[in-house]
Amino acid sequence: MKAFAYVNPANEKEAVGALGPSGPQGPSSDVRDRVMLIAGGQDLLARMKDYIAQPDRLVNVKNALDATITATPDGGLKIGAAVKIADLADHARAAALYPALVHAAGGVGTPQIRNQGTVGGNIHQRPRCWYFRNEEFVCLKKGGNRCFAPAGENQFHAIFGNGPSHIVHPSSLAVPAVAYGAKFRLVGPNGERIVDAGEYFTMPTMQNVRGENVLAADELFTHLILPAPGNVKHGHYEVRYKASHDWPIVFATVILAMNGNTIQSARVVMGAVAPIPWRAVAAEKALAGKPIDAATAAAAADAALDGAKPMSRNGYKVQVAKTAVKRAILQAGGIKTA
Amino acid sequence: MKQAHIALTVNGEAIEVAFDSYKTLLEVLREDLNLCGTKHGCELGECGACAVLLDGQPVLSCLVLGVECADRHVTTVEGLAADGRLHPLQETFADLGAAQCGYCTPAFLVTAKALLDEHPNPTRDQIREALSGVLCRCTGYQQIFEAVEAAIPTATSEAESLRSRPRESEAAGASGGGAPREIKE
Repeated sequence: MKAFAYVNPANEKEAVGALGPSGPQGPSSDVRDRVMLIAGGQDLLARMKDYIAQPDRLVNVKNALDATITATPDGGLKIGAAVKIADLADHARAAALYPALVHAAGGVGTPQIRNQGTVGGNIHQRPRCWYFRNEEFVCLKKGGNRCFAPAGENQFHAIFGNGPSHIVHPSSLAVPAVAYGAKFRLVGPNGERIVDAGEYFTMPTMQNVRGENVLAADELFTHLILPAPGNVKHGHYEVRYKASHDWPIVFATVILAMNGNTIQSARVVMGAVAPIPWRAVAAEKALAGKPIDAATAAAAADAALDGAKPMSRNGYKVQVAKTAVKRAILQAGGIKTA
Repeated sequence: MKQAHIALTVNGEAIEVAFDSYKTLLEVLREDLNLCGTKHGCELGECGACAVLLDGQPVLSCLVLGVECADRHVTTVEGLAADGRLHPLQETFADLGAAQCGYCTPAFLVTAKALLDEHPNPTRDQIREALSGVLCRCTGYQQIFEAVEAAIPTATSEAESLRSRPRESEAAGASGGGAPREIKE
């Protein structure tokens, strides 16, 4: 990999300062390419070795960011960006309150990757699209003028969203974060701001296609803040080729707010189907007012995939996603699935 | 090239090392500390061949920068043997054929050591999970799981019998060197 300067700020303020000078409009997008954050480095170092990322300066944020999980006054949890994924996966309180999130954490990468990778890094890893990861393909996300997926090998690409980039969002934690109604805390030169997880990730347009979220080049993601879950049932179902070591083909988180045996309201969010964690509002409506049973789950799964637009090689993902949604709902209801 | 200069503990020994600041821990171990037991594999976090223990936890040394290891404790496969004796895992891996080409073996050994340090009596599922980040393309994983089980301090009698099976070299010696070898099961 290319040589770089390495800075090691001790706190959030120093880290924001190390991200580079801020002009009236903040730093140019050019700065985002030249100055990069490193936490666990499980994504960034691999990209640097393949010359997909060639920063001049690396800002190590592991000492600047919170690495703890703490209770919030309202009964929720505040998870620092520098928390290791392994520590989230082993956290008893988090598992009791947010089992879908902890389930997702336990399935990230491998034990070795979870020991080094962080919560912030998982949410901000770049797309796993093999065109994006290949130096030879100058795609939209690397300043080129096309996405190679529609006319290419698109078996793992998006079935929702309709471009112009057809990546699927790579984060396993982002999907349950959206489902639980999490908020993200960001800090920048002008202080902090709080953004809903559901508003954080951006659908690609020709203007913003090089990024995946609203984080500015001079901002840091510092915390994932989860509200108290309330009386809900949780389901999280991942479909994989392999039991470990790989990203799910499709996955779904389902959170059901219950009123006795009836679903009062639902959150249904799918992963690996779109450039963002994909909330299935139609499925949520289909679940409201119903009991948790096989017929309800199947109808919601059909609704979740309504409007999917697969490409030449990923039509199978529509059925796989239906199955993931259905099984996540049944799992939430404690109904055994295959 | 700007050099990084850090102090750290490698295999129990406090050392200082200077290296090009962009190097990974794997490159520092192999090229600057001459500890070549840890292997280069995919370089992307897919194969696990480069696993070492960082403060006792298995991590991929190809995805850790050397500069991030200041004041930390690194254990490589070279650090497993002590006082001229192999680590029990090294004994059982050798005895039970858990290595063929051997390229992944250092990663399996240190990862298994971390497991046994934390869970002295792991189940097969715990072993499978702990080792799931390391790929072997030669033997399959059965012998590797058996070797880890045989190295459990409170090994079951079955595992103990596997462990106490004579090594090929010893069996050969007992039967007179060049004579055809027969190992009784």
